[in-house]
Amino acid sequence: MRNAACTAWCELYAERPFVFLTGDLGFMALEPLRDQLGGHFINAGVAEQNMVSVAAGIRQTGIETWVYSIAPFAYARPFEQIRNDVCINRQPVYIVGNGGGYGYGVQGPTHHAIEDYGVLLALQGMNVYVPAFADDVGLAIRQLSAAQRPAYLRLGRCEKPKEFAAPKFTPWRKLLEGGGPILVAVGPIVGPLISAVAQMDVLTRPELWLLSVMPAGIDALPAEIVDAARAGRSLAVVEEHVSQGSAGTALVARLAAMGVPPRMFMPFNAKGYPSATYGSQAFHRVESGIDAESVLRALSTTDSRQ
Amino acid sequence: MQNVVAEEQFCELTRRVRRRLLDLHFAAKVGHIGGNLSCLDALLYLHHHVLADGDALTLSKGHSVGALYVALWSAGKLTDDDLESFYRDGTKLSGHPAAGWSPDILFSTGSLGHGLSLAAGVALGRRLQGKPGRVFCLCSDGEWQEGSTWEALTFARHHRLDSLTVLVDGNGLQGFGDTQSVASMGDLAQRIAGFGVDVREIDGHDVAGLQEIAEPASNGPRVFVMKTVKGKGVPFMEGKMEWHYLPMTEEQYRLACQLVQQ
Repeated sequence: MRNAACTAWCELYAERPFVFLTGDLGFMALEPLRDQLGGHFINAGVAEQNMVSVAAGIRQTGIETWVYSIAPFAYARPFEQIRNDVCINRQPVYIVGNGGGYGYGVQGPTHHAIEDYGVLLALQGMNVYVPAFADDVGLAIRQLSAAQRPAYLRLGRCEKPKEFAAPKFTPWRKLLEGGGPILVAVGPIVGPLISAVAQMDVLTRPELWLLSVMPAGIDALPAEIVDAARAGRSLAVVEEHVSQGSAGTALVARLAAMGVPPRMFMPFNAKGYPSATYGSQAFHRVESGIDAESVLRALSTTDSRQ
Repeated sequence: MQNVVAEEQFCELTRRVRRRLLDLHFAAKVGHIGGNLSCLDALLYLHHHVLADGDALTLSKGHSVGALYVALWSAGKLTDDDLESFYRDGTKLSGHPAAGWSPDILFSTGSLGHGLSLAAGVALGRRLQGKPGRVFCLCSDGEWQEGSTWEALTFARHHRLDSLTVLVDGNGLQGFGDTQSVASMGDLAQRIAGFGVDVREIDGHDVAGLQEIAEPASNGPRVFVMKTVKGKGVPFMEGKMEWHYLPMTEEQYRLACQLVQQ
């Protein structure tokens, strides 16, 4: 998605100027942006706390400001700077974290971000965008930029099946019809689910949804999901994020507050490092039981017992 | 804007506003008076003799907001009614600066180690857009124990932010000790100079020293490490760490009011 993002920023800059700060990351990806922006592209160095506060200061002078790093360094190291200087000071700085979830795979746990959007959504006025496909990135960038509110853009690796025609980026998208449980995915992890669910019997397979914007998506649930909960259909949520602060818990809380708690909630979340060993993104998904095969196996077993 | 300021006139101003600061803190029954008194002269000098339209000040040592409020009051930017609301429910004058209601308070501050980065961002943002104005940041000396402050200094120096002037309130005392015994901060100016930044040491209570603040820098940011006295102007508070936190009793307040008039 980095290349798609770079293209989108270059197109955006051709329309209006902004400042882009990177924490010394973007090699082999952001060079076109660097070349186009000139003095508005700033390598702030390996100093993320300063980078975020500087971004808030720049934004205060009236120019749009983006901050870029790999996901854990973008949100965790400068957390207080995001809390105080961006959110409390109401500066619409846009923070981009590349490689959300287990995206950096075998690079190890310091490079993973499996609690990023839960942490950030606890902050006042913060908005989270999780594009699932490369084609989403340009629209996500446009939408969050237009919203003029503090935002976090979690980038990952596009895993969309080649033959699948994804609907346009919006907070909610229904990807596949199904007569089984409502299955909501967050981010690129939906890719392998599309392939797997598509092969199942439409009468019994999960109905696959994609959630990409929070809290807007939580605050404005699709009527179909509310109706499904009211009708007693189970709800499952798959995300490369820990349970605490997850989209799933927020979704269930929202449905409960509306008086339509799901008959059954099946959360599929990142579980950290249960074996204390490390590997690819796919390896960690399997360990957490959030890979497509594990999810669908668990759903068929659990939902059939209801 | 550079004025030759009459020392006697400035001393009269500081006496009057120091008394107002004591009133403010006593009425609210709050502490932090020591560090407010140590930077009050610098804030008064800035607001009366340096800051022009379009200039910006970030109070990185947000716990000295009382001094900022009375400086703004002395410059006609806050009223007595505004000051009366200090620390009360429903106030805009919170115990650390809160942004959003005054053009003179750009950022909510209070957690140390943020202000210099914010000020650097303002300076850079203005330069990128061709906007004029100088940018000032007032830090504490203990604040230089925060790593982010050094990140900010490196950034400001690298980008040659010559509209940025940093004032360090070097009163030598922090929350639970003196800066030398806590972190060997005695040679702060030398350390800052080691980053290639133009550093000057001045007396933060003397007009002759404060006048240097008005001089614009060139080729990068300028840092003034101000030698100051915690509790300045109230002899029984001067140089005493406990006045970082303690509120005044009525007896102490009355005595302090007498002493600051002398």
